[in-house]
Parts: sequence; structure tokens; C-alpha cells
Amino acid sequence: MSFKIIKLGLLSAAALSASMGMALAKSDIVVALQLEPPHLDPTSAAAGAIDSVLYSNVFEGLTRFASDGSVIPGLAASWEISEDGKTYTFHLQDGVTFHDGSAMDSADVKFSLDRARAEDSANAQKALFDGIESVEALDPATVQVTLSEPNGSFLFNMAWGDAVIVAPETIADIKTAPVGTGAFKFSNWVQGDKIDLEKNADYWGAPAKLDKVSFKFISDPTAAFAAVMAEDVDAFVGFPAPENLPQFEADPRFQVLVGSTEGETILSTNNKMPPFDNVKVREALAHAIDRQAIIDGAMFGYGTPIGTHFAPHNPDYVDLTGMSGYDSELSKKLLAEAGFPDGFKTTLKLPPPSYARRGGEIIAAQLRAVGIETEISNLEWAQWLEQVFKGKDFGLTIVSHTEPFDIGIYARPDYYFQYDNADFQKLMADLAVTSDPAKRSEMLKQAQETISKDYVNGYLFELAFPTVANAKVMGLWKDAPTQATDLTAVYWED
Amino acid sequence: MKGNRNLWLGGGLTLIFASAALISFLWVPYDTTVLDIANKIKGPSGAHPLGTDHFGRDILSMIMVGARTSIAVALVAVGIGMGLGVPLGLTAAAKKGSLLDELIMRGNDLVFAFPSLLIAIMITAVFGASALNAIIAIGIFNIPVFARLTRSGALSLWTRDYVMAARVAGKGAARISAEHILPNVTNLLIVQGTIQFSLGILAEAGLSYVGLGAQPPTASWGRMLADSQTMISFAPHMALFPGLAILLTVLGLNLMGDGLRDMFDPKLRRAR
Repeated sequence: MSFKIIKLGLLSAAALSASMGMALAKSDIVVALQLEPPHLDPTSAAAGAIDSVLYSNVFEGLTRFASDGSVIPGLAASWEISEDGKTYTFHLQDGVTFHDGSAMDSADVKFSLDRARAEDSANAQKALFDGIESVEALDPATVQVTLSEPNGSFLFNMAWGDAVIVAPETIADIKTAPVGTGAFKFSNWVQGDKIDLEKNADYWGAPAKLDKVSFKFISDPTAAFAAVMAEDVDAFVGFPAPENLPQFEADPRFQVLVGSTEGETILSTNNKMPPFDNVKVREALAHAIDRQAIIDGAMFGYGTPIGTHFAPHNPDYVDLTGMSGYDSELSKKLLAEAGFPDGFKTTLKLPPPSYARRGGEIIAAQLRAVGIETEISNLEWAQWLEQVFKGKDFGLTIVSHTEPFDIGIYARPDYYFQYDNADFQKLMADLAVTSDPAKRSEMLKQAQETISKDYVNGYLFELAFPTVANAKVMGLWKDAPTQATDLTAVYWED
Repeated sequence: MKGNRNLWLGGGLTLIFASAALISFLWVPYDTTVLDIANKIKGPSGAHPLGTDHFGRDILSMIMVGARTSIAVALVAVGIGMGLGVPLGLTAAAKKGSLLDELIMRGNDLVFAFPSLLIAIMITAVFGASALNAIIAIGIFNIPVFARLTRSGALSLWTRDYVMAARVAGKGAARISAEHILPNVTNLLIVQGTIQFSLGILAEAGLSYVGLGAQPPTASWGRMLADSQTMISFAPHMALFPGLAILLTVLGLNLMGDGLRDMFDPKLRRAR
């Protein structure tokens, strides 16, 4: 008898667990991204694809970006800023461990910051650490950072993916086996295919709701469409073909999130190359471009027109699109005044994304209408970086600058579009040491107006950020305030 | 009669696209370099018989101008192949068994051994993507085709009595090749040229499809297909018409090649 009872008990237990399994939501997800990271160290490469996989999921910094772009505490639970604005005292979170089990303490913070700002550092954003004079570990849970000058954006800088905290013990293998403090830990990378993460059971904060995450890499728009339609992937973050979004919107299986980005898409102009060294020519260029036609034709309506290098959702944004309204007659007149009544010939070098390839064809047609002939060449990213970004061998190019708050690049005369304006450089230097919010806002507006008035580049539109996901996936970021695919709060709805 | 039917059908199709290309020099319904974004992705209508593409360009006009691109590329590529391949083949045949013959023919084998489209991709990747580089790439691979054909055709002619007579009369090898051999391999060359022409059109469409052929704003069938790829589920007309254009042109040229071969083939002629 007792045997029978046990058997019955086992059966009902099995039935119970089966029904619970039915009720329990899915705990794994496959997320597709366009670009595969070249390696897995966010602190030594400019490739945003690294942060797209690892930011917040695997690696964390002292501060971090929230989904709305605001800076919130990360590994630093709180901090104090001295009267003169030069000393930051960070109090670290309790009980933080790296994925290898070792404790994360002030020595790791000191190591990470010193490594990033070192002479031989390979950090792609060394400017973030420029003002740091010293980093001291006061006790295991307290770090003091001293700046040479007050820096209004220091906490913002520390939130970047390039400023995450790494451990000296595991730094040697970080490019293939990253060890961080995040809610997910790295498990496997099949190059050319996918990266797997799994839940970190010992996470110090709110634990992840998913047990397993796979990032798949699909760059071809047709393959991306097919993968989502066949439900091979549960979400595609940064979907490459805007023309397919209406179909997903009409399909009840999917949800489409169209968020904002920090991606100012611009017609970059080589300011040192004649005839673009003449501001009249650049002004003519600006008036020859019909932004709305580009947004409709290249992005199928997704995108916000911009008139300067600043994100429209930023509170300090000034709408300067009126400065460069579409007026081909005015453009022709300006060209004639600049000494090019019959126009001229130049090059237009286009990287792979569809905003550039399609946008380039549209811009070429618009420029042709005012007499400017462009010779289009389609480049792969590696060629683009080599020829345009490093070699500065271009007349015009189209690219989206996706870094947050990057108007500072206009103060770098050796940056690839080579804008050299001493007043602007002084303005940026002053901004760096100003912490009064009202004054900062004033200076930022002035900066936007300066580059708009100088027609440094053709300002086209703010890139939209489309995410297509299974309708039951909750908690995805809608906007892209930085390059990140934060899955720590993502779950499946029952 | 079968040969004739192929010839007429193939010739007719070829003529349609050749005249579309010729007419496009004088007139097209809409300028293909002007975009009309407001009218993008419209199906066939009275104003646009084949519809418009994603930039609002008229697809009929694009196909007419694209025919021009395809035909020009294929024509020049076949020209390069014949221009270099035929003299090489004649020389090799005239000097049969010599070191020069070996050099020419092994060189041809070398070019033949490479997958042609891969090399074309390499050439355009190194020297940049343009219609000119596509022409050169496709042309190079036509050389061995014509060189081999010419040599094998010429070899059998060199044993003919009238060639012997010409030699006895004191004509040099170069003169015999030009006056007696070449005219008698022309039939072979015309047939092969037609086939190579259709392959050239396919190769151009393939290179343009992967972005290595003619660059915008030059219209090209291959690029029209590539552009329409992500829109095929809601705008099938954008892919259908350039696809049909490629299909019909290549089919036409192949049928015409078959027909020409039947017409030139002495055995078939005798049977008729």
C-alpha cells in the first residue's frame, strides 16, 4: 500500500510540476543585433557593438545611464562633491562581487580608472578621464577622485561604457572572456553567430528576470526581416529596414518600439578641402538639401529633422532647422556668389547602413539639381574608417554620430570633418569647467548656434531607433540614450 | 524550321530590349536621375505603366536606361574578349606545338581555372566599384573562351587543301590567318559571341546586385533588384519587372545563339 501511495504522490508531483511549467513564463530570450563586436572589452575599443551586448548586462560603472538617458547611481551607491567641485567621494554598493566570485572594492575602481587614463591606455574615449588628477582608495568601500578643474559632466562621463569597472585579476582575458559585476555573466561566444549570457545568481541588485540570453548577429536587412517573421529571434534591437516596420505593426504577434537615439545623422563635409573651406559653399549645400524628402525616402518617415548637432529630446536643444531650409534657388545664388555659377564636382563616400546608402542617392539627386555633381562610392565600414575617418580623403559623407552629447567633437580641429574655430574651442573649454546648470544651458545653446551658422556639416535628421519584438516581451528599452541593450529588467508576459 | 523559330523568337526579344536601350538615348518617359519621393512605391498605373520604385522613379524608364547599361557593359566586355582572344587563338593555331602556343593556351587555362565572378568581385574591390571595372572584369574572362574556340576552329582549317595551296603560293602565316582562317571561323565566333553576350548581361546584373557594378545614379537592372529586396513582400512589382527584363533578355540571346548555330551549321543546312 505504502508503495502505491508513494507512486501516486510522485505522479501528482510530476503533474503539478508539469502544470507549473506551463504557467511559468519563458525564461530565455534570443535578441538580434546588426553588428557583432570585434572583441569583448568595452574599455579598449570604439566599436559600439561591444556596449550593445555588454553594457549594464555584464559590465557596470560607478554611475550608469537609465533608459531615459539620465545618469543614476551604479556601483557607487552615493557620492559627495566638495565645495570647489574638484573632489568626488564615491561610496560603493555593499556586497558587489565579480562573476569570478572575487569582491569588487575600491582597489578595482582605482585600477579601472588609472588603467583608462594611463599614458598607454587603449581607451577609445580617453577624453572622459582627462580631468582626473588622482584616484585614491580611502577604504574598501570608498573612493576619492580628485579633478584638476571642476567638471560639470564628470558623473555623466563615468556612466559611459568606456568607464566600466574591471578587475585586475581578469583583465588579461577580457577580450574573449569578460568578467564584470552585472546581472548577467558571459557564458559563450560562437564567432560570426552569437554570444550567450546567463543569469548571475549572486547579483548585488535586483536580479535579472531571465535565465539565459542569446545575442544573434544579423546585418543583412532581408535576413533580418525573415528572422523576425519566422520568430527565429524574439527581439531585433535596431532593426535595419524601416520599410518593413508597418508590416510588423500590422501583425499582432509583434510589437514595434520606435525610440529616439543620440544619433545625429549628418552630411559630413570636409571643411579643409576646397571648395568646402568657403562658408558660402557650405551654406549653399545646406539649402540644397530637402530633409523631409530624405527622411521619407531613406527612412520611410522615421526620423526627426535637426538643424544642428544636438539631440532634439535634450532640454537644451534649439530648433535651428530654419537656418538651413530647403531653397534650391538660394543655393544656386550662393554658389554663384562663391564663384561656382556652374557648380562643381566632389566625392560622396557612403558607409553600409541604409540611411547612408539611400540617403546618399537622394542627396546626390538634390545636389545635382543645384549643379553639384557627386561621385558616389559605397564603402564597407573598415574602408570608411580608413579613407574617411582616418585618412580624411573625402568631400562629403553621410554618417550618424551616435555618441551621447558629442557636440565637443567640433572643438577638435583634427577630427575628420576638420572644423577649426578658435571661438568654439574656447566655448567648449569654458563649458567643461562650468557647473552652474543655467550657464551651461546658455553655453550649449550658443554652441549649437555657432556650428549651425558656420554650416559646418549638413544637418539631416536624428536617427530613429526601431526595435521589433515579440508582443509578449516586456521591459525592453524604447530609446537608445547610449549604445546598450539592457536586458536586466526584461521578462515574458504570461 | 526549328532553328528558324528559335532565331526569330530570340532575335525578336533581343530586338525589343536593344531598341528600348536605343530609344532611351533620345527619350524616356521620366528622367531617372530626378527623384520624386512623394510618389514612391506606386503600383502600375496609367502614368507609370510599371509603377514607381522607392524613390518615386518610373520603373519603365529605369528598365530602359538599365538596358542601355547592361548592353553597353556586355558589348564592350565581349569586344574585349574577341579583340584579344581571337588574335591569340589564331596565333596559337598558326604556331601549333611551339612554345608560344603552349604559353598562350596555358595562360588561358589559368584564367579559366578561376571562378569568374569571384575574380570580378576582387577586381572591383581593389580598384573600386564602377561600370568600367565591371566591364574589364567580365571582359578578361571572355578572352580564353574566344581564344580556345578560335584555335580549335583554326586547327582543322590549317589542314585544308586551300590553306596548303596558299602556303605553297608563298603567303605567310599571318596573312593566311587573316585571309583564309578568320573568315571561316566567323560563324563560330558569332554564335559564341551571342552566348557570351547573354552571360555578360547576367554577370553585370550579378555585380550590380552586390553593389560592385554601375554606381548610382546610373540605372542598372541588378541594382534595381537589390533595392527592391526588402520591399518584395509589399511591393513585388519593384522586383518583378527588372527580374523579367533580365530573364527575357538572356533567354532571347540564348535562343538567338541556338538559332544562329543551327543556321550556320552546314549539316543542318544540308538536311533542310
